[in-house]
Amino acid sequence: MKNQSVVNNIDWITVLIYAILVILGWMNIYSASLPLEETSFFDLTQIYGKQMLFIIMAIPLILVILSMDAKIFEKYSTVFYILGIFLLLGLFAFGKTIKGQTNWYQFGSFGFQPSEFVKTATALLLAKLVSDTQINLKLFKHQLIALAVFGFPVLLILMQPDAGSAMIFLSLVFVLYREGLPSWYLWTGFIGIALFILALIVKPVFLIGFVLLVMIIHFILNARITRNPIIYAALFVAITGMVLSVDYVYENVLEPHQKDRINVLIGEDVNMQKEGYNLNQSMIAIGSGSWIGKGYLEGTQTKGGFVPEQHTDYIFTTVGEEWGFVGATVVIFLFVCLFLRIIYLAERQKTKFSRIYGYCVATYLFTHFMVNIAMLIKLFPTIGVPLPFFSYGGSSLWAFTIMLYVFIKMDANKVNEW
Amino acid sequence: MRKLFLPSFIIVIATVLIARLFYLQILDDSYIKKSDNNAIKIVYDYPERGYIYDRNGALLVANQPSYDIMVIPKEIKNLDTLEFCTILKITKDEFIKKIEKAKVYSPRLPSVFLAQLNKNEYAAFQEKIRKYEGFYIQKRSLRDYQVEVGANVFGYITQVNDAIIEKNPYYKSGDLIGMQGVEQMYEEVLRGIKGVKYRQRDRFNKDIGPYKEGIYDTTAVQGKDITLTLDAELQKYGEALMKNKRGGIVAIEPKTGEILALVTAPSYDPAILVGRERSKNYTALYNDSIAMPLFDRGLLAEYPPGSPFKILTALVALQEGVIDEQTQFVCNHGWSYGRGSFMKCHCGGGVRNLNVGIYKSCNAYFGNVYRLTIDKYQKPRFGVNAWSGHLKSFGLGNFMGYDLPPGRKGHIPTSKYYDRWYPNGGWRSSTIISNSIGQGEVLMTPIQLANMMATIANQGYYYTPHIIKKIKGQQIDKKFRTKHITTIDKQYYTPVVNGLFDVFNHGTAAGVRVEGIEICGKTGTAENFTKISGKRVQLQDHSVFVAFAPRHDPKIAIAVLVENGHYGATWAAPISSLMIEKYIKKDTITRVDLERRMLEGSLQAEYDKVINGFYVDPNWEKKNEVEGDKKTEVKEVKDEKKTDTKSGTKKEEKKESPQKNNPNIKTTGTDKKTTVTTNKKQKSEKK
Repeated sequence: MKNQSVVNNIDWITVLIYAILVILGWMNIYSASLPLEETSFFDLTQIYGKQMLFIIMAIPLILVILSMDAKIFEKYSTVFYILGIFLLLGLFAFGKTIKGQTNWYQFGSFGFQPSEFVKTATALLLAKLVSDTQINLKLFKHQLIALAVFGFPVLLILMQPDAGSAMIFLSLVFVLYREGLPSWYLWTGFIGIALFILALIVKPVFLIGFVLLVMIIHFILNARITRNPIIYAALFVAITGMVLSVDYVYENVLEPHQKDRINVLIGEDVNMQKEGYNLNQSMIAIGSGSWIGKGYLEGTQTKGGFVPEQHTDYIFTTVGEEWGFVGATVVIFLFVCLFLRIIYLAERQKTKFSRIYGYCVATYLFTHFMVNIAMLIKLFPTIGVPLPFFSYGGSSLWAFTIMLYVFIKMDANKVNEW
Repeated sequence: MRKLFLPSFIIVIATVLIARLFYLQILDDSYIKKSDNNAIKIVYDYPERGYIYDRNGALLVANQPSYDIMVIPKEIKNLDTLEFCTILKITKDEFIKKIEKAKVYSPRLPSVFLAQLNKNEYAAFQEKIRKYEGFYIQKRSLRDYQVEVGANVFGYITQVNDAIIEKNPYYKSGDLIGMQGVEQMYEEVLRGIKGVKYRQRDRFNKDIGPYKEGIYDTTAVQGKDITLTLDAELQKYGEALMKNKRGGIVAIEPKTGEILALVTAPSYDPAILVGRERSKNYTALYNDSIAMPLFDRGLLAEYPPGSPFKILTALVALQEGVIDEQTQFVCNHGWSYGRGSFMKCHCGGGVRNLNVGIYKSCNAYFGNVYRLTIDKYQKPRFGVNAWSGHLKSFGLGNFMGYDLPPGRKGHIPTSKYYDRWYPNGGWRSSTIISNSIGQGEVLMTPIQLANMMATIANQGYYYTPHIIKKIKGQQIDKKFRTKHITTIDKQYYTPVVNGLFDVFNHGTAAGVRVEGIEICGKTGTAENFTKISGKRVQLQDHSVFVAFAPRHDPKIAIAVLVENGHYGATWAAPISSLMIEKYIKKDTITRVDLERRMLEGSLQAEYDKVINGFYVDPNWEKKNEVEGDKKTEVKEVKDEKKTDTKSGTKKEEKKESPQKNNPNIKTTGTDKKTTVTTNKKQKSEKK
């Protein structure tokens, strides 16, 4: 039997959620960039007009991806990856520096951010390598290979420096965990982050005392299993060292603006007109939304232009203000549906390659979503990460579209996999 | 299990996010109030900027009213552009450009449309303002200068730029901020705090009265008046004396560290940086890289100090115990301090002790003294560090910490510095002997020289020089009230001060004695170099003089630098003596001829030499150096050819040297490395 029609096998649920999110996103961008005078929706001098153009241009992009041979993605994943790395390297020579970050290429009035596309390329190569039957993620050597695939772009992106994008890549650990990476990687990460934050709030002495107490209790209760005091001691020394070095890292490694963002988060005394301004205005916009919001195009915060960069990273504040708790919950619900649907589809894949890729897509989108919304409501330090399909920007919209539709194509093609 | 991890994590996070949103949006209603706060219009009330007085209470800087037209682009409605432009006398293109610029800043926030209207323009516009929705008038106050001097001390005020607004949210578009001088240093004191009125607005942006009956409104806090340590009369006199010359004068009251006069020449009338002409005039000053009127020479002119430095050489040697008052050295019109190394001297030769050494400014004497100081220790490294340690206690080799923005560190070398130049060691006291007479690697600014004299006047201590005397209702910074004590013991100052006094009795400054005032001082010449078409060229020496007076109970310490003025006694010493006389006697100067000669004297011809290419002509040096040497004739012919091509490109060269538009970079500045041996010949002609 010849290839079945792609159209019949496309997962229309995913496509539908995608379309709804993109349209809702545009509506909010329109509100956030409300024009001075009456103009048409396609006024290309306006932000919403440009976004409309980006959305329309995404349609042929989708058609091209769907009509490609699904095998290409696996076959040329190395090429995509190397191309991506070159694009990242090229930034250091040709990139445009905005606010100290060099992560854009500028062509006339349009910008292009390669790290967005490198995400997809990295996911493809990771899927290819890990799906190899020879690879066993229980082996240290193979773990290293897998980590190196996204570790390399992370290094390049950190040099831009763009901590936000780098963090997104690190979330791929979730995928490796799904594929058999030992769980202590995850736990080390979680505990490390928790200790770092605690060490900033609590006095180190108390924290170390608490850790010691937990370990002693664990040691006593753990009587049945081999309990090697040396391992406990080493662990304790490591944790103590880390807790004590937090102050040093905080004072000497972090940039002033990063410090500010952490200060804002842990409630240190901050100036609401300076470093605290963005978060404060964002909380005011969302917090004043109440149950059903102030109504579309009626948000006083949005209309007053109080939230800076509202159409990009802060777009969710418009949702919160104008559509209230109900609207915000609906949007979150839509996103969660999309993530779970992708994971469901991924688990249904016949090849390991497309399963891993699907997982990568879900992880990427979810991490963006989590970090973006959490930073607006003071659950996470401010990091410049866009909300997928919502935030203004051609690069990010197209990158997320490509990322998602490559998976939709793979999924549609699975009937042909034997 | 592993399959379920990510989905569960997603659901947990989503729940946390929703719970947090529930708390913010439903439970906590404080944000609704804050949002209302945002939707109100803020009207600012600008307080008047503080006045500036001199030490005797004379008003120096006051204010005058000025009116800006502000615009909120989003609120412009039904505008008769033609009429509007006619009233303000602007073209339609200008109008469009200004509106575009305002939109870029913010469509919803006010920005300046037209700044600083005069009274007539204001009156004409005021009549029709009701018709122009989206525009309003903001009253501000501009500076009104009562004197024509002190521009470098006052600084100026200007509209904040975008970078400042971003950095400091107190400032909004169109606000004024102090730049340079005391306007910058005491910005927050002078500025006061602007008052804020909150006006409530409905959905249609209409003002519906004060928000919550004005409970959040704040009244403006008036800027505080400040009193400077400056003596306006002395400052005026100093600027008059420096007319048509380049250089600087710093006068300090030794007992307090108060700056009595801070003159830089050329300067400008502070009033030209007020009003709409400000930007044009400022650009002209900024681009004048030849005379550099924005370069505060009193604070920034960094040169090897020359002879005045000998005072310190003597003090350090006395403290280190390597000489006493009676120690004698023989001067053979110079001093042979090593094989083939000879330091020339023009004091006349003979047996020199401390007193004669100082007033005759004997190079040989101080060379000997310096060598003993360095060689007291087993290794020259320790000697140099001990020496520089003493000098640093005078505040040298570092920023002084005074309350004016610009400054230079000067340079006092340590052993580290020489180890870098001679990585294999091998430097000795003879290598660095030129430090003894203030050449070598030593660099000082006029204010450091003045402070040095203040310290000597006080016999061992100084207060950090400062320009602020009083802030209404506030004490001046503690660092200006803290005594700095030098590492030289008090008893060693007496013989040195006697030597400085004898400079006026039988030394280099005998010609400028002032009847009735016992002045102690020292002349000096500062070598300086410039690069002309890539070649290092020595220019005419700077004339330097330092002094304090009266000898007992000193009231003023002064340093004067006259660029390319040749001997210290030619320009700097007479100017210093006139300044001292003016300050201490407070009445008319008795030495009328000298005064007239100084007031009218001009060094413009000397300065034009650089511009006219006098120093560019390669034959100039040759003629001076090897006159009559036949061998060079052939070369000279060749050089003439070169000269032709050079004179053809002279215009380019002229452009090249002033290309550094940065007023802080001195094109005619010094070149750091100076050595005695290479300049022996030229020095011999000079001293």
